[in-house]
Amino acid sequence: MTERPPARAAEAAPEPPAASAVDAAPAERPPVLSVRGLSVRFLLPGGRRIAAVTDARFDVAPGECLVLIGESGCGKSVLASALLGLLPANAQTSGGALLGELDLLTAGEPTLARTVRGRRVGLIPQSPAAHLTPVRTIRSQMEETVAQLTGVRGRAALRSAAERAAARAGFPRDHLDRHPHELSGGLAQRAATALALIGDAPLLLADEPTTGLDRDLVDHTVDELRRHIDADRALLMITHDLAAAERIADRVAVMYAGRIVELTGADTFFGSPGPRHPYSRGLLEALPDRSFTPIPGLPPELGGLPDGCAFAARCDRATDACTALPPFTGPVACHHPLPAPTPEDLRA
Amino acid sequence: MLELRDVTAGYDRRAPVVRNATLTVAPGEAVGLLGPSGCGKSTLARVTALLHRPDSGHVVLDGAPVHRYRHRAPRAQRTAVGVVFQQPRLSADPRLRLTDLIAEPLRATGRRSSVPERVAELAGTVGLTPDLLTRRPHEVSDGQLQRACLARALVLRPRWLVCDEMTAMLDASTTAALVRAVEDYRTATGAGLLAVGHDRLLLNRWCDRTVHWDTVTPKRAPMPVRTPG
Ligand code: SF4
Repeated sequence: MTERPPARAAEAAPEPPAASAVDAAPAERPPVLSVRGLSVRFLLPGGRRIAAVTDARFDVAPGECLVLIGESGCGKSVLASALLGLLPANAQTSGGALLGELDLLTAGEPTLARTVRGRRVGLIPQSPAAHLTPVRTIRSQMEETVAQLTGVRGRAALRSAAERAAARAGFPRDHLDRHPHELSGGLAQRAATALALIGDAPLLLADEPTTGLDRDLVDHTVDELRRHIDADRALLMITHDLAAAERIADRVAVMYAGRIVELTGADTFFGSPGPRHPYSRGLLEALPDRSFTPIPGLPPELGGLPDGCAFAARCDRATDACTALPPFTGPVACHHPLPAPTPEDLRA
Repeated sequence: MLELRDVTAGYDRRAPVVRNATLTVAPGEAVGLLGPSGCGKSTLARVTALLHRPDSGHVVLDGAPVHRYRHRAPRAQRTAVGVVFQQPRLSADPRLRLTDLIAEPLRATGRRSSVPERVAELAGTVGLTPDLLTRRPHEVSDGQLQRACLARALVLRPRWLVCDEMTAMLDASTTAALVRAVEDYRTATGAGLLAVGHDRLLLNRWCDRTVHWDTVTPKRAPMPVRTPG
């Protein structure tokens, strides 16, 4: 089991028993983000419709890290793009995604560009090296972002504000005059994180922030991200890396074939009694430090999903009941979830 | 045996990224090569797959030193090593249907007649369904494309397999599935494996032994020393 970083918010307060913590947001304050029945369809030539995301529902509470887990093509990155208004033109969205009072799905590009991206949602990109402008120094990119997103004006003031921003993400001051290609993967990640933090956005959105990094750097990166979650700031992280998720998450949402199939506390999920949805269980068991056994078969095509449970063809618990779509009840969408924790399990 | 003898390689002779690498894989053995990103292990993987000529040192395949690399390597040596890279999108020709992607090495070596049988067999090995075989790379997921790339690497029945960060982009289940496909192939054929990666847990679970980059490329002053033998 991975060690959790010391700054973990959940350790500050005793956690309620896992089973009851499942749906309740950890704080009484209103959620930073409230996603309600979000669906995304892509319309392809020839009338094909791809159901990339279907009826996603979750809240992200202040001070919380929610990690969205799934394999490539499950819809998790599409969901992130929908929240940022970055979907291609052939996408249709429905449902809602409330950031405070603002519905991100209907806000429109001018509002998103002027008031949301960077200011209310800080994006930590998948590939920091590609996200940074290659021909400019980190310092000039920091100063530009400070000028754009804050009231700071004047050369000297911008310079020191940029240095403070760099320091916040642990980016060394003596590397500020370098270009992105002169940075290691870890420092490029810190530069991107520093840029994402400048606007003091209440929600950080990290899309596969650890892809291609070494395990040590993965640990380091997620620990740093964790450090930036505080009473006022929440993190929604999207990843296929379960070890990274285990290290940082307060809660875990598992996505399969465009739907969230399980949403539960990280301790319940990674610890005992473990996930209750057969897909989540299979994903976890596939890890090299667990049974290293793949889930048989392949995920279904998002253009031709079955009417019932999309996991049925691969599921060893499937019955006739599974030809009907399982509703999301409790923490899982499954007709035959694995056993709920008993009181003995909880005490153990 | 698959031997790397004192291999120095890179893209600029004055600043090689691999210095004096020495490593041996026995027939049927699975060796994990563990190293941080950017250390040069991908370059060494390319040398091992005969895709990159070293500045000095040798690759020795089953006792025969390799003198020519890339397309100039003798066919018998070239086809003795199969290779899978980290990013399937960079290594797969976007115009080819998956079935042609897998069959391409057969066609290139004049074994056209065995294409239908071999492709069907390998699709089963790597877990690709028939409907996926007619698609092109942009119509499948990363994991599905990587399955096809593994099938292509196995299609000529190599005695040696090099997997360079084969699963770094993939989810846990697809990772386990691809590793199982490699291991099934090795069990059936006795092929040896060099698995290059940065995930210690994965390599330890997968391989017979794992060596660290630092022990493969001992730090020493670059001197024009000739090692006997
Ligand atoms: S609903 Fe049925 S098929 Fe789907 S995961 Fe649950 S048991 Fe398996």
